Amino acid sequence: MSIWKEYYQPRSIEEAVAVLSSSPAPSNIIAGGTDLMLDLNQGNHPPVNALIDITEIEELKTIDVVNSEIIIGACVTHNQIVKDQNVQNNADALIEACGLIGGPQVRNSATIGGNVAHALPAADGTIGLLSLNTEVEIASATGKRRIPITEFFVGPGRSILEGKAEFVTRFFVPLKKACQGSAFKRIMRAQGIALPILNNSVWIERDGDLIKEVRISIGPAGPTPFRAANTEALLRGEIFSDETIALAQQSILGEAKFRTSPRRATAEYRRQLVTELFRNTIIQAWQRTF
Amino acid sequence: MNNQTLTINVNGKTYQVPPIPGETLSDLLRNRLKLTGTKIACEESECGACTVIMNGESVLSCSTPAIKANGKFILTIEGLAKFEKGELKLHPLQEAFIKNGAVQCGFCIPGQIMTAYALLQHQPSPTSAEIQHALKDTLCRCAGYPTIERSILEAADAVRTGKPVDNDPHVPTSSGGKVVGTAQARPDSVAKVTGAAIYTDDLEFEGMVYGAVRRAMVPHAFLKSINCDKARALPGVHAVMTAEDLPGEKNHGLVIYDWPILVGVGERVRYVGDALAIVAADSTDIAREAAALIEVEFDLQPVISDPVISRHPESTSLHANGNLLKHIKVRKGDVAEGFTQADVIMEEVFHTPSTDHLFMEPECSVAVPTKEGRMEVYVGSQIPYQDRLQVARALGWPEERVRIVGQLMGGGFGGKEDIAGQIHAALLAQKLGRPVKILWDRQESLLVHPKRHATQITVRLGAKNDGTLVSAQTELYGDTGAYASLGEKVLTRATTHSAGPYLIPNVHADCYAMYTNNPPAGAFRGFGVLQSAFAIESVMDMLAEKLGMDRIELRRKNALRVGSETSTGQVLRDSVGLVECIDKVKAEMVRVSGLEEKDLFKPRPVDGAKHLVRGWGFASAFKNTGLGGGADDCSGAHVELYADGKFEVRSAAAELGQGLVTVMQLVVCEELSQEPANVKVLVMDTDLTPNGGPTTASRQTYVTGNASRLAAIAFREHVTGAMAEKFDVSPDLIRFEGSGLQIGDQKLTFPQVYQELVAMGQKTMVEYEYHAPETKPLGVKGDMHVAFSFASQAAEIEVNTNTGEVKVVQVISANDVGKAINPVGLQGQVEGGVVMGVGHTLLEDFITENGVVITDHMSRYRIPSIMHTPKITSIVVEDPTSTGPYGAKGVGEIVLIPTPPAITNALYNITGLRLHNLPVDQEVVLQHIKTGQ
Repeated sequence: MSIWKEYYQPRSIEEAVAVLSSSPAPSNIIAGGTDLMLDLNQGNHPPVNALIDITEIEELKTIDVVNSEIIIGACVTHNQIVKDQNVQNNADALIEACGLIGGPQVRNSATIGGNVAHALPAADGTIGLLSLNTEVEIASATGKRRIPITEFFVGPGRSILEGKAEFVTRFFVPLKKACQGSAFKRIMRAQGIALPILNNSVWIERDGDLIKEVRISIGPAGPTPFRAANTEALLRGEIFSDETIALAQQSILGEAKFRTSPRRATAEYRRQLVTELFRNTIIQAWQRTF
Repeated sequence: MNNQTLTINVNGKTYQVPPIPGETLSDLLRNRLKLTGTKIACEESECGACTVIMNGESVLSCSTPAIKANGKFILTIEGLAKFEKGELKLHPLQEAFIKNGAVQCGFCIPGQIMTAYALLQHQPSPTSAEIQHALKDTLCRCAGYPTIERSILEAADAVRTGKPVDNDPHVPTSSGGKVVGTAQARPDSVAKVTGAAIYTDDLEFEGMVYGAVRRAMVPHAFLKSINCDKARALPGVHAVMTAEDLPGEKNHGLVIYDWPILVGVGERVRYVGDALAIVAADSTDIAREAAALIEVEFDLQPVISDPVISRHPESTSLHANGNLLKHIKVRKGDVAEGFTQADVIMEEVFHTPSTDHLFMEPECSVAVPTKEGRMEVYVGSQIPYQDRLQVARALGWPEERVRIVGQLMGGGFGGKEDIAGQIHAALLAQKLGRPVKILWDRQESLLVHPKRHATQITVRLGAKNDGTLVSAQTELYGDTGAYASLGEKVLTRATTHSAGPYLIPNVHADCYAMYTNNPPAGAFRGFGVLQSAFAIESVMDMLAEKLGMDRIELRRKNALRVGSETSTGQVLRDSVGLVECIDKVKAEMVRVSGLEEKDLFKPRPVDGAKHLVRGWGFASAFKNTGLGGGADDCSGAHVELYADGKFEVRSAAAELGQGLVTVMQLVVCEELSQEPANVKVLVMDTDLTPNGGPTTASRQTYVTGNASRLAAIAFREHVTGAMAEKFDVSPDLIRFEGSGLQIGDQKLTFPQVYQELVAMGQKTMVEYEYHAPETKPLGVKGDMHVAFSFASQAAEIEVNTNTGEVKVVQVISANDVGKAINPVGLQGQVEGGVVMGVGHTLLEDFITENGVVITDHMSRYRIPSIMHTPKITSIVVEDPTSTGPYGAKGVGEIVLIPTPPAITNALYNITGLRLHNLPVDQEVVLQHIKTGQ
């Protein structure tokens, strides 16, 4: 039994939406396929009627700067991001996150759209985009819409696209302004699946010695990619200091819901790791505001 | 947009094919375009073996739908070398890989080279860090990572400057031989870097069908019923066989025939990998689908998953003779009396996990019935003649009707000694009268083949205040899993080596080799000694601390020396280079660290990063060479001269990537004064090559090395004798030279020598059967083994005190190998051994829960990558053994044995955490750092 029957390579978003809407279920969008092919091969995903490959749609494969935003197509690969001058100049957190995923072979195929659409709570690219206040563009038969990335996820491996003839088309990342900086860091475990046991991204804006604005994302710290909103509120307007960081560390421990993953990390270990990881990440991001 | 034609340009050639649903790019390349240089090792994007270049970027062809390559340019390993004026012109990457010995088993090499090629396209002058980043997910289980990295640096230079890759492999060579001890390229290396090398799965035969096995997937049960109707009805299925259909022997096994070929109705299932039925079909996919359609009912039984519980009298007997495969005993002196003399007694309990070989090439067998009524089995096997015996018995045939044609192997490490798919393929081929291929995927490989024994080891060690060891008592439990495999042999080695490479007058060791419902355990590089060395070398460090004595001095003081008596009562007569290993490692530690001796083992924070702390650890080990224990350890070799003046040496010893073929070649070159290019090597064919015995126990350099050498000498004497008579010249005046035979004043080329021999009716080939010196079984005083290799290692590690992460920074590895016959191969063994040792210490853990395998994918069972590879300094110690070829003894296993305790001893020296089990868990390390517990 073949893992797919039909394989479509539409050349436009409209065409892709049309074939997605008309293909008998189960049918799936495929981009780089680095996750989906494994799931299909290993039987974690049942065989599909149709795969709709969106990587031949040219407008989804580019990174452009328009007005105050970087627009990243859903089919832009991780390596494309890592090498892109505009992303390098504006989104250190995304560069760092995308550079750490897999080896070059995977980064050449795996797309940022796939990373987000897979909706894992600790996907590196996703955690990076989350701190950068990214917006997600979604295409459907009724047209396109833009939503904040925080509204995209509904559970582990589940997004608002579930059960709908929709797919992610583009990401909008605000350009970096003066006194802003971001960073991404993660901690791995030698044994078992090569997913981070903890990752963290921080975007920060400085006003003199004060924290003017900050966004903190952490994974896995709940069923969906997590933003530490309480801690962000706590930090706003504070002086950037060891004392402030210490308060933020306590706050994160209060709001992040760490869980135990069998044979990977206990909740307690994640709690121990997060304080130092966060400290290193926010210091790095802060240094980049100068 | 739904393409009806797939147009693809591969290596400059355009192909047009209809797309096939579900086809990956690697399937297309391998199956339809017959470009089998691209290898499949995991099919889960973990290993990088299938890397090809698509429109200038490296991609994993096993997880890329073929249709994605429509309209694209693909470069595979076959397209890298160019033919210029009829000559093969290798790419500098290929040249450097060959010259440095980065090519071992060769299975990962296409992926390594293509990944490196992509890197050089973007970064013509990569740094080491950039190379490591690029190769991070391209795995090599031979683990020649340092050499691979060096080769890429050299190739980058060559590409940039246009100058050829230099000729120096930069490995320590040996002295004394004309050819032996010099650095030489492997005879199979050009094929392995160009994708021309054929492994079993690359073979195709007319009319071939594909097999699959229905596995029990329950750890313990009685099979109540099996119904194959639906499987038989599936279109494309040619045969389904169950236990009822077995024509011959019902069981297989290397020592005991206790492993069912197929479990029958009413019979006991003993582990998840037990085979219930086999299917042959038009494709592997159909065969697997059919196997899944077979309906089975089980009467589930309580699972025995722990060897200690298995020994309880109330535990169910898994085999007719109970759960105790063997109680192994070592007795020397009187331990009770010994302990009364001790001032200090340590007693500690250790656990080591099961681990998997994770050779890059999954098991594959192709059985081909011949017109003459014989069965040929093409397979990469460590024991071809054992395969022949076992396949023949299963078919109900005499042995001679079966021919094993050994293929290149993508690694073995002990994991290809037992039967895998050989018998199943042969049974289906016998039934159908057509060729049958059975290829295991990675999951099946992980589930089914025997693992390293998980152990529980208790060590009680007594010493006087001056450090003199006086008594050692050990108790071992070994989990041999569902079937015997080589369990008794492995655990005998664990037991006889359990008191370490030390002179101890009183030793008492008991080992219980227990059956359980876990996957069988058998041979795996280190063969039980890895486990016992972890225990004893940990205790040695603990003892040194208790005595307030330097840990190196404690080892040196008690080290086995010439004249020492081992735990089994063997008096060592020569070749005991342990003290030299200890001293040289220590001197190197002092040299590279710049520390004073008294400070060597103190933790040192890294400058500018106080949360990173470095420190050293030390360990020693020994490992037998050869089967020993009273076995007739023998190997045969042929040396033949052909009409074209080329020589060939042949033996059915196995080449798994370790470099035996180079050893055989160099030994014959040495004796016949030939250049390597003039001596071919043929191995592993039971029709064409004499039995070389099992490739196990670090024995082939010694046993088949001796056989090859003595065959060459016998050939030389035969030719010398014949020519002396013919030309009426004294044999003293006849000399083998590179270009021919010097006979007095006359010179004959080798083609002429061949003609003369034929004209005289003399044979052009001699056969030699070598038998190693007699050994004694365990329990009888005398030589249990023909030789031992010795080693010491120092590991410098770095602990992240914020996260508990542990990284191995560098390892100094001194190995007494007797004589380095093949220095390039030796370097590969040393690097690979250390890296595998790092894997066993930091990463590898084959997890079962109540008999169910958790680590059934490569993504769950991780092996070291280039990122885990420390700087490795190899010190070659050559304390020759009188009976080895040129003094050589085994090296394949000793290189890995001291690594785990060297690392865990370093961890203790830095953090105070004494590990009693493996692998290191960073969470436990952090817990200890934070709480002291």
